[in-house]
Amino acid sequence: MKNLKKFAGYTVLIIATVISIFPFLWMVVSATNKSVEVTKGRLLPGGHLIENFTNLIETVNLVPALVNSAKISISTTILALLISSLAGYGFEIFKSKSKDIVFNILLISMMIPFAALMVPLFRMFGTISQNVPFLGIDTLTAAVLPTLTTAFLIFFFRQSTKMFPKDILEAGRIDGLSELGVFFRIYVPTMKTTYAAAAIITFMASWNNYLWPLVVLQSPEKQTIPLLISTLGSSYSPDYGVIMTAIVIATLPAALIFFIMQKHFVAGMMGSVK
Amino acid sequence: MITPKTTTAIEPVKPNKKMFKANAVIGWSFITIASALIFLFYFYPMAQAFMMSFQSGAGTNLTFTGFDNYLRLFKDPTFLAAVKNTVIYLIIQVPVMILLALLLSVLLNEKTLKFKGFFRTAIFLPCVTSLVAYSVIFKYLFGIDGIINMMLMKVSIISEPIQWLTDPFWAKIAIIVAITWRWTGYNMIFYLSSLQNIDQSIYEAAKIDGASAFQQFFKITIPMLKPIILFTSITSTIGTLQLFDEVMNITNGGPGNATITISQYIYNLSFKYTPDFGYAATVSYAIVIMIVIFSIIQFKVAGEKK
Repeated sequence: MKNLKKFAGYTVLIIATVISIFPFLWMVVSATNKSVEVTKGRLLPGGHLIENFTNLIETVNLVPALVNSAKISISTTILALLISSLAGYGFEIFKSKSKDIVFNILLISMMIPFAALMVPLFRMFGTISQNVPFLGIDTLTAAVLPTLTTAFLIFFFRQSTKMFPKDILEAGRIDGLSELGVFFRIYVPTMKTTYAAAAIITFMASWNNYLWPLVVLQSPEKQTIPLLISTLGSSYSPDYGVIMTAIVIATLPAALIFFIMQKHFVAGMMGSVK
Repeated sequence: MITPKTTTAIEPVKPNKKMFKANAVIGWSFITIASALIFLFYFYPMAQAFMMSFQSGAGTNLTFTGFDNYLRLFKDPTFLAAVKNTVIYLIIQVPVMILLALLLSVLLNEKTLKFKGFFRTAIFLPCVTSLVAYSVIFKYLFGIDGIINMMLMKVSIISEPIQWLTDPFWAKIAIIVAITWRWTGYNMIFYLSSLQNIDQSIYEAAKIDGASAFQQFFKITIPMLKPIILFTSITSTIGTLQLFDEVMNITNGGPGNATITISQYIYNLSFKYTPDFGYAATVSYAIVIMIVIFSIIQFKVAGEKK
């Protein structure tokens, strides 16, 4: 009876593992095969990875898309971490009733779905375009700006700041550091793990963001990786080998982050829920 | 900017007060940028969308039409289809995924289990993929001559290929399977970390009392995990209400409008058909209202326990 239960448990876990991993395997294997072989259902690795890769580089704007995605995600991550950690620190260290009211109002923004924001945001950036073209529609700046600040990240930093030993800050002030000095010299270095988790959440969200770039980036040379993959995926005569190579490349950064920093990654995914 | 009230003070207190004032300014300056950006990119657009929801017209030529847009919602077959699809995804996908995640987390929490780390990592792995990337992969897996049909035919579960993406029923199933694949591991991690906090002696006691594994699961595990189950079901619900990337890339809302979601309909209204920003804003408010209702339910249920 006990063995039977154990056996059933392992069986369920193995099935779940196979189902979870299979699409990855299929993706990687297909990237090494010709399109015809993929359609025939070949599940063994082939020798066409380099061929697919060269085809991809030659026929698709992969490199520009990678550069755009990198520019957007890196600048979003740096700015978002700076802005949100300043705010999370401010709300917790300089706590006051009126600030708590503002904080609660900011939290309401978490309930607003992006689909409801895209139309007015699109019109907003349309108006900006007429006056300041380098900030308007079809610029990477426009892709970054609305996604920079999320109430979630401010909340995340505030929660983590709650456990911060406040005496150290006082010691810094006595040593003659300015308030910003205290923040950058004492708070930031001690909160490395929080920053790492926050960086992972933000980078992933930005790297994978689809809807807003789809709305705001219109010219092909501004495409990001998700837009490129979506375009490839909807083509009428898809070259499976090439598309799967593109998807492997797009998934690689996130997968690397996951395997190198698994602990921070999971902490980041789970946010501050504990 | 808000400054502390100044009251008539006695002389000696003054320096302190000055410092307090300076502190208040510093405190507010830390939160200014973030607050300003959230007002600018969340609340201001929402206010604008509210105004727009009472207007109608093509492109930027909007005229005030009162409640017409809101009345139109109830007669609009595409909107009703989108709501119906979203609700179907909700009531089937969320419970299935949560039960699966619970089952897997309980199995993984078994002390004597071998290869625990491997299983956990493997089942969590789908969360690494971007929504667009996994959607495209699933679109091909579910193709008429795709690998799923091929395998099902090989083991003789079906005799002819299933029209996964072109049959209204199977297309919904394909979307549900895809979302479940992507998010089960994510939810499982939450349950696993809560399970590790449950005192093992409760189970020992239950075993002595002769409780079966099923009884332990339903009488101990589920009640103990209630708060986290509630949390994950609300986040999943809100996520499902906003579903866009998957439907756009797997079925593009089709066949007909069999898989279209509210988010996708807003996108189509604004950027695919002749743009009707006013009506799109009205549809946006429909999602907002649904999310607010679900959030209120959450707070009510969470509040009752305390």
